[in-house]
Amino acid sequence: MAEGIKDRVAIIGMGCTKFGERWDMSPQALMVEAFTEAIEDAGIEKKDIDAAWSGTCYEEVSVGKSAIPLAVTLKLPFIAATRVENFCATGSEALRGACYAVAAGAYDICLALGVEKLKDIGYAGLPQVDTQVGTALRFAFPNYTPPGMFAMMGTRYFAQYGLSPQEGKRALAHISVKSHHNGALNPKAHLRREITIDEVMNAPIVAWPLGLFDCCGVSDGAAAAIVTRADMAKKFRPDPVYVKALQIAVSSGEEMMCTDWDYAHVETTVHASQRAYREAGIKNAREEISMMEVHDCFSITELTEYEDLGISPRGRAKEDIEAGFFDLDGKIPCQPDGGLKCFGHPIGASGLRMMYEMYKQLQGKAGPRQIKDPKFGLTHNMGGIPPLNVVSVCIVGL
Amino acid sequence: MAGITSYGAYVPIYRINRMTIYSALGWLNPASLLPGEKAVANYDEDSLTMAVASAMDCLRGVEREKIDGLFFAATTTPYKERQNAGIIATALDLRPDLRTSDFTTSIKAGTGALISAYDAVTSGSAKNVMVCASDCRLGKPGGFQEEIYGDGAAAFLLGDSGVIASVEGTYSVSYDFVDTWRAAEDRYNRASEDRWIRDEGYSKFISEAISGLLHKYNLTPQDFAKVVYPCLYVRAHADIGKKLGFEPGQIQDHMFTAIGNTGTAYTLMILVAALEDAKPGDKILVASYGNGSDALFLQVTDEIEKARDRRGIKGHLASKKDLGSYEKYTTFREILDIDTGGRGEEIAATQQTTLWRERKMILGLCGSKCKRCGMPQYPPQQICANPKCGAINEMEDYRFSDKKGRLFTYTGDVLAFSPSPPAIYGMVDFEGGGRWLFDLNDCDLDSLEVGMPVEMSFRRKYHDVSRGIHAYYWKATLVRA
Repeated sequence: MAEGIKDRVAIIGMGCTKFGERWDMSPQALMVEAFTEAIEDAGIEKKDIDAAWSGTCYEEVSVGKSAIPLAVTLKLPFIAATRVENFCATGSEALRGACYAVAAGAYDICLALGVEKLKDIGYAGLPQVDTQVGTALRFAFPNYTPPGMFAMMGTRYFAQYGLSPQEGKRALAHISVKSHHNGALNPKAHLRREITIDEVMNAPIVAWPLGLFDCCGVSDGAAAAIVTRADMAKKFRPDPVYVKALQIAVSSGEEMMCTDWDYAHVETTVHASQRAYREAGIKNAREEISMMEVHDCFSITELTEYEDLGISPRGRAKEDIEAGFFDLDGKIPCQPDGGLKCFGHPIGASGLRMMYEMYKQLQGKAGPRQIKDPKFGLTHNMGGIPPLNVVSVCIVGL
Repeated sequence: MAGITSYGAYVPIYRINRMTIYSALGWLNPASLLPGEKAVANYDEDSLTMAVASAMDCLRGVEREKIDGLFFAATTTPYKERQNAGIIATALDLRPDLRTSDFTTSIKAGTGALISAYDAVTSGSAKNVMVCASDCRLGKPGGFQEEIYGDGAAAFLLGDSGVIASVEGTYSVSYDFVDTWRAAEDRYNRASEDRWIRDEGYSKFISEAISGLLHKYNLTPQDFAKVVYPCLYVRAHADIGKKLGFEPGQIQDHMFTAIGNTGTAYTLMILVAALEDAKPGDKILVASYGNGSDALFLQVTDEIEKARDRRGIKGHLASKKDLGSYEKYTTFREILDIDTGGRGEEIAATQQTTLWRERKMILGLCGSKCKRCGMPQYPPQQICANPKCGAINEMEDYRFSDKKGRLFTYTGDVLAFSPSPPAIYGMVDFEGGGRWLFDLNDCDLDSLEVGMPVEMSFRRKYHDVSRGIHAYYWKATLVRA
């Protein structure tokens, strides 16, 4: 295996907008809000940026195709700029592009920016773009929404591990209660209210067995990172955050077409995380990872990720959840910023929003949510549906 | 000897009690109440999908490769230009060197198609011709026709070997008798006065065709085990047989109070019910109705015993669900213009180029099977999806539509728009290998369990009214008893 890019790239500045129903803000205004915070944080000027990656998933309801909207909005004249899209891993892909370019020696300072303006769709949930799976598969896919595709993982997980719907839903409820607790402490979060197990259990069903509080919000937002060569990083700030691993894994069809996969875990997360741990030199994730921001589009997604990331034993995430292992004061706090659950999921921005929290935590700037002496922070995105998806795993540290 | 070599039928799972209709709109037309219930197509069913369902029933144990003709009879064809029989043939994965025709504009088109198929076989121009008759007619809300019409389909295969009921003779009468009609611009049927239809049309034409056939072949009513003809009016139905000299026990039950008058399919569905109980040697007399009448004289053979595994009429009548409300009925039939919300309005343009190129995959539910490792896979792949194999371009076609499966996981989705929420879908593992995600229909979320057996059902995927598109695909349903 290639040696990877561990400790060759550093993040020296980050910005993140408040997420939410930003009815008064255009996607361009969100980009400017995240960008100005990032360059001020890095202590650089606009002209110092050599190249940029922008991430937007649903360009139809947002800024449009290509990197032109980024360059025009931020007035980045004639630099190399690229738009990336890889479903929910879009923001992490923008970061990966920027980091790989720096690691390759192609540029010294790069910008990664993700933005999504979902609240211009005109109805609840993600856009119903029936051709997003292609012009042929649109006929072959059921009339689905993301909650339903992930709900089926709940159905299957409960069946496989012998949980009654009530037992299963109660374990899932702990996950949402924990995230709302953290989100309530975060001024940038969309949803800032503590919730109770009973509220989660009794909420209206969105897609059986998932209820309203098992689903993340839908919101507008943008986030940005400035990355540079590790050997230059301390010129900008005393506490740069170093990239330890950036990995992507993509389904190639076996989960969807062969009958082996159990629909109770996400195989791509297993592959991406194992590669990331190797790249970062992590031997025992449960002992070495200090904190995580995982892709909690739905509570069941987060539950299975605990197992797929190698933190909880297979089929036993429920025990860790109920023991408070992932709470803010637990062994590995998960979603310390409130997660997708409280931030909502403006697709292109989410990966960078997660990284923003890890970055601030490592620098000791997370305020009331501060985790004590974190060493390694992990971010994880999973885009698509459980049988067919893209997963990113990033690990950063001091 | 030529005749029927296989039969099948389809009755949608939903029924609406005629009292439910009357409770909603009886105030408008207090005399409109009729007895019993009628079969109602689900929101994703139409005459074409029901025809495919009846054909699937008819094709049990039949080699599809030998079929060289397909005739579709319906007055409610989804397309007025674009051959509906061609869509059915593609759905059934029939061979392309096939003669197809639509028989339409009269509810006697079903027997018309049957006689034409028989003629094709006896002339030698075709060997095995399938006939599907189906209808899903609309009467105006609050009128008699709305209570009369039911939805359903029947299918027959005609050939000259393995004949289960030979066609021994036919006799037809044709009149431009305008009892019910629907002009090109009409959505609902119109009807003339009932008494005139009953006395001058319905009672006379069926009697004339049956008498003509008896005379032509020098037969008497006593020669027949069963006589089959449709019902428009329950009492008049009994009177026709009685006046012709048939005993009540010879008259095949009309199912008017269980299914309703299914138009083009009706006479043939009653014939399927007659064949289900027929014994070798039985003679069956069939007469349709609609702008005249076609009569046929059938002779049941010993081969009938080999065709007992059809779901047919009996099997379909054994499983049913009460639709419950008139509003749901009018929603399913797109009579009520419901609020679908923004999500329900989003239908992207339909790429006919894609549908043509991928017709076997989409309409035919064909995937591929790896010749090296043997794994069936859907949709069709060029490079084997089995990670232990990976063979390149070593695939053969593999049809999933006739395979049973098991429900691997499922959900009921309230966010997705459905005219019958929640939208239920799940992952199906097929017997013999292969899996895919499918919409599930005709079931309740509460009745589902992981591992339940399912089968495939051809349904309308979407109806894009603004572009004139009825798009079709396959869904999963629980196996009907």
